Amino acid sequence: MTPRTEAELAAIIREARAPLRIEGGGTRPIGGPTNGARLSTSAMRGIALYEPGALTLVVGAGTPLAEVEAALAAEGQRLAFEPMDHRGLLGTEGTPTIGGVVAANVSGPRRVQVGACRDFLLGVRFVDGAGRIVRSGGRVMKNVTGYDLAKLMAGSYGTLGVLTEVALKVLPAPQAAASLTLRGLDDTRAIAALARALGSPFEVTGAAHLPGKGETLLRIEGFAESVAYRAGRLRELLAGFGTVTVEDDPEAVAACWRDIRDVAAFHGRAGDVWRLSVKPTDAPGIVAGLGGVEALHDWGGGLIWLLAPEGRGQAIRAAVAARGGHATRVRGTGADAFHPRPAPVAALEAGLRRRFDPRGLFNPGLMDGTREGA
Amino acid sequence: MQMPDPNPAILARKAELVARLREVLPADAVISDPAETRAYECDALTAYKCPPLAVVLPASTQEVAEALRICHEMGVPVVPRGAGTSLAGGALPTADSVILGVARMNAVLETDYDNRFIRVQAGRTNLSVTGAVEEQGFFYAPDPSSQLACAIAGNVAMNSGGAHCLKYGVTTNNLMGVTMVLMDGTVIELGGAHLDAGGYDLLGLICGSEGQLGVVTEACLRILHKPEGARPMLIGFDSNEVAGACVSDIIKAGVLPVAIEFMDRPCIRATEDFAHAGYPDCEALLIVEVEGSEAEIDAQLALIEEIARRHDPVELRQSRSEEESARIWLGRKSAFGAMGQINDYMCLDGTIPVSALPHVLRRIGEMSREFGLDVANVFHAGDGNMHPLILYDANRPGDLERCEAFGAEILKLCVEVGGCLTGEHGVGIEKRDLMRCQYGADDLAAQMDVKDVFDPAWLLNPAKVFPLDASSARRAA
Ligand SMILES: Cc1cc2nc3c(=O)[nH]c(=O)nc-3n(C[C@H](O)[C@H](O)[C@H](O)COP(=O)(O)OP(=O)(O)OC[C@H]3O[C@@H](n4cnc5c(N)ncnc54)[C@H](O)[C@@H]3O)c2cc1C
Repeated sequence: MTPRTEAELAAIIREARAPLRIEGGGTRPIGGPTNGARLSTSAMRGIALYEPGALTLVVGAGTPLAEVEAALAAEGQRLAFEPMDHRGLLGTEGTPTIGGVVAANVSGPRRVQVGACRDFLLGVRFVDGAGRIVRSGGRVMKNVTGYDLAKLMAGSYGTLGVLTEVALKVLPAPQAAASLTLRGLDDTRAIAALARALGSPFEVTGAAHLPGKGETLLRIEGFAESVAYRAGRLRELLAGFGTVTVEDDPEAVAACWRDIRDVAAFHGRAGDVWRLSVKPTDAPGIVAGLGGVEALHDWGGGLIWLLAPEGRGQAIRAAVAARGGHATRVRGTGADAFHPRPAPVAALEAGLRRRFDPRGLFNPGLMDGTREGA
Repeated sequence: MQMPDPNPAILARKAELVARLREVLPADAVISDPAETRAYECDALTAYKCPPLAVVLPASTQEVAEALRICHEMGVPVVPRGAGTSLAGGALPTADSVILGVARMNAVLETDYDNRFIRVQAGRTNLSVTGAVEEQGFFYAPDPSSQLACAIAGNVAMNSGGAHCLKYGVTTNNLMGVTMVLMDGTVIELGGAHLDAGGYDLLGLICGSEGQLGVVTEACLRILHKPEGARPMLIGFDSNEVAGACVSDIIKAGVLPVAIEFMDRPCIRATEDFAHAGYPDCEALLIVEVEGSEAEIDAQLALIEEIARRHDPVELRQSRSEEESARIWLGRKSAFGAMGQINDYMCLDGTIPVSALPHVLRRIGEMSREFGLDVANVFHAGDGNMHPLILYDANRPGDLERCEAFGAEILKLCVEVGGCLTGEHGVGIEKRDLMRCQYGADDLAAQMDVKDVFDPAWLLNPAKVFPLDASSARRAA
């Protein structure tokens, strides 16, 4: 089913008698197995409003991400949260949609500095499981009118409602960018170097550590002179960690961070892929304790990508639970892709689900962990 | 303003309630003497007052949980309170409610510069969070003008903003985690020193929920290293339209100032009389502040100057020193004080798309004449968050009502042009009955569904946010 309007969508949902599998571009099949008739948002598309001078974009949920990015680029702007493209990592094809980005709260390396997709979400429209058309937030930068259901929808993977329209804050694309690289640092030293840079006033917009390549990388962006100045200051600041090399060719910088964003190092390789969100300085210990896994670090250490053999889920979850954070299996099979929540939180999530999807129509099983205690 | 009638059954059990609270809290943490509870009868929206049944001042999450469990068992409403600076009546008690104040919970629990966060008890004041980390060169970014007094608890409940949120975002963008107690006494942790939620973004949901979903007792906040420097520039224009167009052009040019503040002529005049900041006598004035090293600041200000010159400013002043910066900010910072000198005032905070600025200012001017009340506008122009200040005389019969009616018209106008009722102060009781201007029945029902899940008996912070008739069936259930 591919409704063209919100009203059509609402009618489909009201009449539905069996589960629905909500799909944008189908490029991010994250979560537990879910059956149900395919319901695609792809026909609810198009840019409803774009005001570059107000940094606002309102767009149909089914609009291809590429179309959004092209429209922004034409005005020298961009989605600052840098949504990753999951196709290479998950081996999927199709056209990523902006609704899918929001539903999965997809962000990239710049998240560490500017915030996640949810931080740029100004408002949403969605249809819930009772067929209600609901609007929350709006299109303005600051809005505390009523509860923030937009945040609730971001990252709920279609289990609370089908997004039909999203309003996003956009930002100017910078004039210049540079990558700074340190080589040969072990994980602990690398994370310490990234922490030093992130704790400086030099506005680092990317902070990654790639043990496989032996590279520890920083990104800075802005006006050309400012990038050059900050690159120099960071080089001084990090002198104790080794020699810093600077790359400022725009294409090379873009390609380097696109690969980090899309976890290119794991493309086409066998094994489960895990995404861990942790306190940055905990990252080296977690990875070392696990053994037998391959890791990439982004967000200054706060995001760990793991390539692990099947069946390591319990060990990974235990390592994270001991220190705080969460682990999501983004590739691999099984019902427990999402980190189990403590019982009282799981109860709240289950309560929300009963309210917004009383008949359990939307992606049943996808966010399992919601119902588990821990 | 209609408030629900107090429940006589609760009023009758006051002695029992107080006795039970005293069993779990130290003697000085339970206040029931009407002479003392009066101190909690209102917040900064002083037009509305009502002393609570009792006040509790717990010192720990555990004590909060015990107090809530008792109130829950006895069916007593609870109004959480930080510092009581809400401008929306968010902390206004009802006669049958217990005020739960977190002011005694103000400890710093953990500072971590490597991972860039601070964990505090929620009663800690906003400014003292920065105070705890500034020796290391760090700061907590959201900076409401009330930051000397207001508590992180209130900031989280209202999702408060500040002058610098154009660059750094508001509370929700800087909040990493909370410890929160549900109405039945259950303690939950949301988020923490890591980023993003593992399941639903409940942290994002509770931020801005105005104390209606749970009592926040601790917060984990993102801290940042201070910029190397910051300097403002003052630009005067002879029309609001042109000033508005200049704001748009600055934003489009790719500079991201930390603040773009806007003052209109009535506001400029009043602050000049009061603070003598040396502002030009013009229709509209912008203060644009940028950050970075000296050279970066110079470059950004030069670019902004070039853009501004295209709009024929009547005055243009780049700050070159700390002293000049202070002078440029002086008038803006004393704007509210200046208004207070002239008269009583009501401060609105509707947000509009930046493009609608000239139209909205023109309409506000027309309405000011219709209602016969003066208005001064001072606001965060970069993000469209207006602060019209309506001047009235509280001692003149009918003035407050006229002022409120005028305010409601301004807020409706904000919604009409694509904006919202409140950008940072919250709905509270003040804008409760206007919610239907912005949201349809289903939109409100969806929000109230969330309330049902977190607080099924609707005991937490009663009579706020939702129109009473919209919530009555749920409250009775
Ligand atoms: C002069 C002045 C200037 C201001 N400037 C700004 C500004 O620039 N930006 C801005 O955003 N606001 C501003 N405000 C408004 C106000 O300061 C903010 O809303 C602030 O966050 C309120 O904090 P508080 O601690 O005083 O909360 P209170 O007034 O005590 O309470 C506010 C709300 O929070 C709830 N609450 C309090 N504690 C808790 C808790 N522990 N758990 C759950 N809920 C709780 C209350 O029930 C109430 O709904 C200003 C106010 C004044 C008087």
